[in-house]
Amino acid sequence: MNPKESRRPFLGVSSWLLSSNTKHQANQVPSLTTERRPSLLRRIGLLAAGLFLPVLPALADYKFNFPEPATPLARDTLHMHNEFMLIITVLFVVVFAIMIYSMIKHRKSVGAQPAKFSGPTGKLQWFWVLVPFAILLFIDFILMGIPAFHAVIDMEDTQTKADMVLKVTGMQWKWQYEYPDSGIKYISTLTTPRDQIENKADKGENYLLEVDNPVVLPVGKKVRVVITSTDVIHTWWVPQFGVKRDAVPGFLRETWVKIDKPGIYRGQCAELCGKDHGFMPVVVQALAEPEYAAWVEKKKAEQAAAATSSDRAWTKDELMAQGAKVYNTVCAACHQPNGQGLPPAFPALAGSKVVNTPLLSADGKLLPDTHVFRVMNGKPGTAMQAFKNTLSDVDLAAVITFERNSFGNTQGDMIQPAQIKALR
Amino acid sequence: MSSTHASTNEGQHYFVPQPSIWPPVLSAGMLTLALGFILKINHFGVGPLFMLSGAAIIIFVLFKWFGAVIYENQTGAYSDWEDRSFRHGMVWFIGSEVMFFAAFFGALFYTRNISVPILGSLEAAHAGITLWPGFAEGAWNVVGVGPKGTAFTPVSAWGIPTINTALLLSSGATLTWAHWGLLKDNRFQLKFGLFLTVLLGAIFLGLQAFEYHHAYTELGLTLGSGVYGATFFMLTGFHGFHVTLGAIMLTVVLLRSMSGHFDAKRHFAFEAVAWYWHFVDVVWLLLFVLVYWL
Amino acid sequence: MNTATIAHDGHGHGDHHPSGIMRWLTTTNHKDIGTMYMTFSLLMFFLGGLMILLVRAELFQPGLQFLKPEFFNQLIGNHALIMIFGALMPAATGFANWQIPLMIGAPDMALPRLNNWGFWLLPPAATLLTLPFILEFFGVGDGALATGWTFYAPLSIQGGIGVDFAIFAVHILGISSIMGSINIIVTIFNMRAPGMTMMKLPLFVWGWLITAFLLVITLPVLAGAVTMLLMDRHFDTHFFIAAGGGDPILFQHLFWFFGHPEVYILLLPVWGLIPHVLSTFTRKPTYGYKAQVYSFIAIGVLSLVVWAHHFFTAGMPVPALLYFMYSTMSISLPLAVLFFCWVATMWRGAMTFETPMLFALGFIVLFGIAGLTGLVLADVAADAQYHHSYFVVAHFHYALFTGGIMGVMTGVYYWLPKWTGHMYSEKLGKLHFWLTVISFNLTFMPQFFLGLAGMPRRIPDYALQFAEFNAISTVGAFILGFSQLIFAWNIWKCIKGGEKAHAKVWEGAEGLEWELPSPPPHHSWEVQPKVA
Ligand code: HEA
Ligand code: HEA
Ligand code: HEC
Ligand code: CUA
Ligand SMILES: [Cu+2]
Repeated sequence: MNPKESRRPFLGVSSWLLSSNTKHQANQVPSLTTERRPSLLRRIGLLAAGLFLPVLPALADYKFNFPEPATPLARDTLHMHNEFMLIITVLFVVVFAIMIYSMIKHRKSVGAQPAKFSGPTGKLQWFWVLVPFAILLFIDFILMGIPAFHAVIDMEDTQTKADMVLKVTGMQWKWQYEYPDSGIKYISTLTTPRDQIENKADKGENYLLEVDNPVVLPVGKKVRVVITSTDVIHTWWVPQFGVKRDAVPGFLRETWVKIDKPGIYRGQCAELCGKDHGFMPVVVQALAEPEYAAWVEKKKAEQAAAATSSDRAWTKDELMAQGAKVYNTVCAACHQPNGQGLPPAFPALAGSKVVNTPLLSADGKLLPDTHVFRVMNGKPGTAMQAFKNTLSDVDLAAVITFERNSFGNTQGDMIQPAQIKALR
Repeated sequence: MSSTHASTNEGQHYFVPQPSIWPPVLSAGMLTLALGFILKINHFGVGPLFMLSGAAIIIFVLFKWFGAVIYENQTGAYSDWEDRSFRHGMVWFIGSEVMFFAAFFGALFYTRNISVPILGSLEAAHAGITLWPGFAEGAWNVVGVGPKGTAFTPVSAWGIPTINTALLLSSGATLTWAHWGLLKDNRFQLKFGLFLTVLLGAIFLGLQAFEYHHAYTELGLTLGSGVYGATFFMLTGFHGFHVTLGAIMLTVVLLRSMSGHFDAKRHFAFEAVAWYWHFVDVVWLLLFVLVYWL
Repeated sequence: MNTATIAHDGHGHGDHHPSGIMRWLTTTNHKDIGTMYMTFSLLMFFLGGLMILLVRAELFQPGLQFLKPEFFNQLIGNHALIMIFGALMPAATGFANWQIPLMIGAPDMALPRLNNWGFWLLPPAATLLTLPFILEFFGVGDGALATGWTFYAPLSIQGGIGVDFAIFAVHILGISSIMGSINIIVTIFNMRAPGMTMMKLPLFVWGWLITAFLLVITLPVLAGAVTMLLMDRHFDTHFFIAAGGGDPILFQHLFWFFGHPEVYILLLPVWGLIPHVLSTFTRKPTYGYKAQVYSFIAIGVLSLVVWAHHFFTAGMPVPALLYFMYSTMSISLPLAVLFFCWVATMWRGAMTFETPMLFALGFIVLFGIAGLTGLVLADVAADAQYHHSYFVVAHFHYALFTGGIMGVMTGVYYWLPKWTGHMYSEKLGKLHFWLTVISFNLTFMPQFFLGLAGMPRRIPDYALQFAEFNAISTVGAFILGFSQLIFAWNIWKCIKGGEKAHAKVWEGAEGLEWELPSPPPHHSWEVQPKVA
């Protein structure tokens, strides 16, 4: 059958369905099937196939389906999804073809007389009632159930033959990536400019799906991804990996990826996590093995340099410059670039009582509910998290110094990275 | 629960009460109370004022509404048919209360058997990744759970809780004894039995209050003592609240008995309160075993 | 009043019925209360719709147009709560109030004052839900619940005063539904006419009976869950905080132990009423009455044991994943029985296509899409892709709008002449149907594709590849929204007047309710009928 024809409005199709039917006899023994069964079923089958054909090319067109898979898991999921869509489309068409046939054939205006049956009578009818039920059992637990079983087992097998571990930490509203094997650790935040979001500038190609530091992974290696969160639940999702897993604060969850080929893969946080949930993209850069190794070395060197720098004394200007950078990437989402916050949810830092407390006690101890304390330990139950877990000594010292001397706060003092280190 | 009484209703009258203002007023009272509570916990000064007026409205309405029901009952508006409605209604109401407690028992089961052990084993399961250095493996009621827990001693099952179990069980017995009295029209037995029941309930509550005081001041066990403290106080607290309600209702029934209400055949209110009291008893037994003992 | 009647007010004599607002405040009459429920439901439907039209307008194009993300988050959660608890559940309860006494031959509901209280708890609850919006406008607090309708901890622990308002709104809604359910259970068990055995109960009544059981079983658990949330927020407990040994996932278990049965709570009354409509307009007895009753029971039982399919991605042991996957899939079996019976009822009938029939047929086809997509969502591995994407949003609007709202509309068109004594306008009804069906699909079919392409739900702004489908969806939503004004207009006209309705409004209608005049007398069955 020509696929184009199948797109005729259903009246046309049904007249085709009806064309050679024997005339309907009213008030005979209740029967759903019997004499016309073979031809009707064949017709419906043909019709289903006809309706379905035009859908097939669409399945291949990724606009109407999952994005192109990039891991074995994603490929599996896509195949399974396609199979299931096929099954349910056929079911849909079969059930509703029967219904529509009935709507056309058994209407009062064509002189149909209502039958009287209210249930199956006789063995044959029971048989025809039970057949769909059996088919359904088969579909549910065999046709769909078995592939689904294998997919689950595969998806949950995160540890066998894993080549490396990546730790992902969700936090409002950025991701932190950590490579336990090499000690690399950094934060990844959205880089789309405010102007684009507020429609003041043209939107770039990767609008909302671009970050400063993408997570870098090697191609062809099984990466065990361990996920957690510091504040609320987030969900780490890269559609092309077929992977979505919640980041639950205080717990560890895991999944795995094995990327086929180098490239950049983009996804988003998928669990409502507050104000900027929509602005928390995941960007993965997959590199071939040698380039990946080079990247690791480079990162390690950077990190080592940063570590030693926390031991030296920093000047106030250095701290202020570094602090402004940290503030704008990490803190400004809540406290706003101008330090005014969004009260009452997010307090202003300008003129804040907490910010304008002394740095440390006279004998160099950390006092509760002071500026340093709040930034290092956060405030449980609020969006203010304990930044000592995520920021380096330098960044902490810098951002604290910056806040005390900006937005009209004029404390004039500063704190050294070494002091922070001692307070940890 | 299916009932096929319908055919016995033939030709009977079913009492449909007059229009009544109390339902909407009760709702208004609840709105006021809820608003007040929200304002209070968010530190608005007017909160308690709202709460007080809401509570006053609710109490006032309850007097009026139950008063109307009692009046209707005493003036013979209700037949067996209405009585059956009330009984069915009470059964399903208690059913919903069972599910309310089930939520908290579920939380107890989940935290004790799932979340605390998982938190305790995180380090072992994910070599190299540390989230919680503070959890002793699988620790439940030994010391404060987790890094935020302060040290506490759990309440032992074999002190006050055992006495309380005995109290509540005997209060169930005295209540049944009172019921027997009512059935054989022994008014003294009815009233004395009820009185004993209320008394036992009150002693139970007194001991419970003492136990809470002890826990807060000496054992270091508070609502904030990790999830152990949370489940402990919420379960026993809601139970205590239900005992209080039950005792108030028993007192009402006692007062009504003293003014001659109820007879051997018709005493729905008595039975409803008795069911409620037994339900509270059963919850206590579960608490005793699952919260205090195991 | 005739003392030979089986129902009497107060002591039977000298009763007075207040008029004006006092009539509605004080009423103990099931029909008055039913009317209040239906009216409230319609108002809330427009309020919830208005909220989401703002959202759709924001989503028309990429970029933030006019809603702040904070406000966007408040709109979606409250849209959902208002639609579910304010529009759909009260509509079903309104049907129950109007129809159950009529259908089982009772004078009224069993507990009339309680019945009135059940309704009058709703306006306070709606007030609590919407008040924070207004307070924020006056600078108090930071607006309404912004966590989505699911309240997930710890986001809801962190949230502002709106969460507290929503917690108490849920408590009050819960009390209302439990009181309503108890009343309905008691009415069904205790108020049936002589001869009306359980296996002769109209299917609508059966559907509601199971619904009422589910409400009594699950709502207290939700109440417990939000109580724990309140304690975590203000009283130092750690139910959902890992640092104290609690677990955010515990909240999800408790919420969905209620939340999943809730979706069947919403639809069981509809599944009950559809066979009546089909049988009426095919002029043929319902096919498989017993099979449908047993399916209702099976759905009720199964719905209590599959809740965790809403958080497959939260991480669970493999056996749990498999259990929840297969148990969820098995719900398709009783539902397939229902579909089978519906189609078999139509088979070889003599159909006419009045508005209620059109809505019933539209319901079957479109709810079929919802159910079948639900089936694929149940598959754990594929759900890793669908979860929290617009695919799910599309799935549940096919279930909630075409299953729930269109189901309710079916019932309204079917019974409105009985209630008002007038016929509605067939022409407007048909127009309303076609506009609704077409614009509904225009709105939500694209959302399936958005979800597959990877658009997460609950985001105020999106990447460029999602732009076209979102634009289509928004256009559809506005047509859909404004089409509903026809519905309201049609109802209004029908209340005000129109062709007089017969006692038996529809040629093929069967059942006790059609033996009473339209509209029925004050006390529905003054003398209980005998059912053969
Ligand atoms: C009235 C509402 C309603 C109804 C009836 C359903 C019905 C079903 N739902 Fe749906 N669902 C929701 C409302 C509803 N749902 C909502 C609101 C959410 C999201 C909540 C949120 O996160 O905010 C949701 C989410 C949701 C999820 C979670 C998705 C996710 O977040 O990742 C899942 C997963 O399993 C699911 C499954 C199902 C299934 C299996 C059914 C089954 O009952 C369907 C059974 C029906 C059929 C199977 C079709 C009929 C049968 C035939 C036509 C015969 C042939 C059939 C076969 C051969 C199989 N639903
Ligand atoms: C019964 C339930 C129900 C109903 C009927 C609807 C109806 C609609 N829903 Fe709803 N929706 C939910 C339940 C429901 N929804 C739930 C549970 C969620 C999940 C929330 C969450 O994530 O937590 C959701 C979320 C949701 C989203 C996703 C938001 C997000 O994730 O970011 C969207 C997006 O398009 C949407 C759209 C719509 C639309 C267009 C309608 C249309 O059908 C609405 C039709 C419109 C009207 C009826 C309005 C008519 C008004 C006028 C014409 C104005 C005139 C005004 C006056 C006269 C006062 N809904
Ligand atoms: C996700 C949101 C969020 C981010 C990101 C955030 N904060 Fe906060 N911050 C808050 C909230 C909420 C509070 C209020 C806590 C309370 O209730 O006391 C707060 C409070 C504070 C306070 C105390 C102010 C006062 O007056 O109470 C300081 C200082 C502070 N934050 C500094 C920072 C610094 C420095 C950073 C970045 C390194 C940062 N915050 C990042 C949400 C955030
Ligand atoms: Cu993080 Cu959403
Ligand atoms: Cu579900």
